[in-house]
Amino acid sequence: MENEDRSVLEIKDLYVQYNTDDAVVHAVNGLNLTLKEGEKLGLVGETGAGKTTLALSILKLLPDKVGEIHSGSIVYKGEDLVDKPESYMLGLRGHRISMIFQDPMTSLNPTKNVGDQVLEVINLHFPELSSAEKAAKVDEMFRLVGIPASRKGEFPHQFSGGMKQRIVIAMALIAEPELLLADEPTTALDVTIQAQILELMRKLKEEFNSAVVLITHDLGVVAEFCDTVSVIYSGRVVEHGTVEQIFEGEDNHPYTKGLIHCIPSLSDTSKRLQPIPGRMPDPRNLPEGCCFADRCPFCREKCKTSMPEPHEKDGHMILCHLYDPKEDGNA
Amino acid sequence: MAIFKKKTKKPLSEYSTGELILFRFKKNKLAMIGVAMFMFVTIMILIAPLIRPYSMVIKQDIVHRLNPPSKEHIFGTDELGRDLLARILYGGRISLFCSLAIIGIAFVTGAIIGGTAGFFGGKVDTILMRIVDMLMSVPSALLAMAIITALGNGVWKLVLALSIGQIARFARMVRSSVLTLRNREYIEAAKCFGSSSWRIIMKHILPNGIGPIIVSATLTLGAVILSISSMGYLGLGVASPTPEWGTIISENKVNIQYFPYLGVIPGICIMLTVMSVNFIGDGLRDAFDPKSKR
Repeated sequence: MENEDRSVLEIKDLYVQYNTDDAVVHAVNGLNLTLKEGEKLGLVGETGAGKTTLALSILKLLPDKVGEIHSGSIVYKGEDLVDKPESYMLGLRGHRISMIFQDPMTSLNPTKNVGDQVLEVINLHFPELSSAEKAAKVDEMFRLVGIPASRKGEFPHQFSGGMKQRIVIAMALIAEPELLLADEPTTALDVTIQAQILELMRKLKEEFNSAVVLITHDLGVVAEFCDTVSVIYSGRVVEHGTVEQIFEGEDNHPYTKGLIHCIPSLSDTSKRLQPIPGRMPDPRNLPEGCCFADRCPFCREKCKTSMPEPHEKDGHMILCHLYDPKEDGNA
Repeated sequence: MAIFKKKTKKPLSEYSTGELILFRFKKNKLAMIGVAMFMFVTIMILIAPLIRPYSMVIKQDIVHRLNPPSKEHIFGTDELGRDLLARILYGGRISLFCSLAIIGIAFVTGAIIGGTAGFFGGKVDTILMRIVDMLMSVPSALLAMAIITALGNGVWKLVLALSIGQIARFARMVRSSVLTLRNREYIEAAKCFGSSSWRIIMKHILPNGIGPIIVSATLTLGAVILSISSMGYLGLGVASPTPEWGTIISENKVNIQYFPYLGVIPGICIMLTVMSVNFIGDGLRDAFDPKSKR
């Protein structure tokens, strides 16, 4: 929360829920997040932890009538987005805040050529430019993402997956957004292309100095790309710190430890991987205490009954009873 | 406009989307045959006064009744000795233009209703679709009869009445295609880039969903031509002696057994028109789909 003036995005105590016919699904439960200018934040967590819901909440694109921001604030550059009207959001989306989707195969319109699709974003946000200026901007962007501008007139099905993702990135960055939400941008791609796309995103990030939120469940990608990491579990940030603090620090949330144990290591051939037993709690019916209690190897009586408080040390936040200074030596 | 020159050096990738659609459409032989047939029928109908004066449509000539095709009467004469060619030429005006108008009105209205219902969902969807259900629950011929009875006779009232009967099917079709498209990721992506709902419908949903709807619209044309004539047969809309293709067939049905040309010639006219429009529709469908290889 320090450096208030330089933060691009500040999410406080955000609760998001899906009101379905038979139950209320608590997708995000009291999430806090701060993103500074130009920072690369990795959001890690397993399927259903609320990562994508968070991204959609920032853009206020939660499914109509079902998704609801229950309480909390999403402050983007001093403006709380939660109660902004749709017309305000239209100008923001794609211009100030952009999003890259998981699957490039389906996130391009199959009936429009790729040049027109990139141009469309310019038409939306810079209608005052002349057509020549617009075309020059599109060509420049194609050059930046490494696609020959001569292929502008081709259609999505004529490109490979990696090329399509480059086009999606071109669309996301052409308006030079201050904040880029990348929702698993490399999940659908093979490893060599993954590296290329990450390199491209890094390069473009430096070009435009956008802040990036990289949503992924691939810890390797996070270690390579990000400055800071937030580990999300059951709609809460359970651990937040720099990449070094998370991957090389001594103290970790038990869940983060479990995640790191799930990464296969080349040097270590004898042991089996240690998966985290069990599943995430049902978001329709959250437990009273710590959400990870059922799966935690260090779980105690207290964990099942009361929510832990966040404990912070040098900007490294852990949400766990284990690190409660009031507790006696443990673990 | 480079596309109209035969030997253009412009590579395909520099074509705009519209030019590409035109290019793919022109490459489709069947579609071009359709266009040629349709142009032929339309031109013949438009220049009808140069071929036969309107007086021949109603001029009866009992001496020359039921003459088979000859030099004087290329398509022969009917029961009352009226020239069949003249009746078909002038009848085409009503058959062709009214049916196109009916399809056009039904298509546009249906697309607006179905598109709105499908895209916005919820209460809007429920209300619009229940109205469509009401339209569907009445047989379309009965509905058209009721409307004409209320409004009075007349060609444009007939068009209105018959198009209302067709709205429901288009609304249903467009709605279902919008429903399958609106959750596609590129629609979500378009929202993320700041597109308004209207823009998404026009630029992303319409081009992706229009193909099958165009084909279905062209297939409906034949049915509409026949329904105009069935209305005429009931004495609603186009009344005898004003000719119209369906009416020509129905008024000659007693004599078709011994003078088959009376049924075959107007039948062929209907068939040619429907077929040509169908070919054009198929061609448009393929042209809208960038993946089509033809």
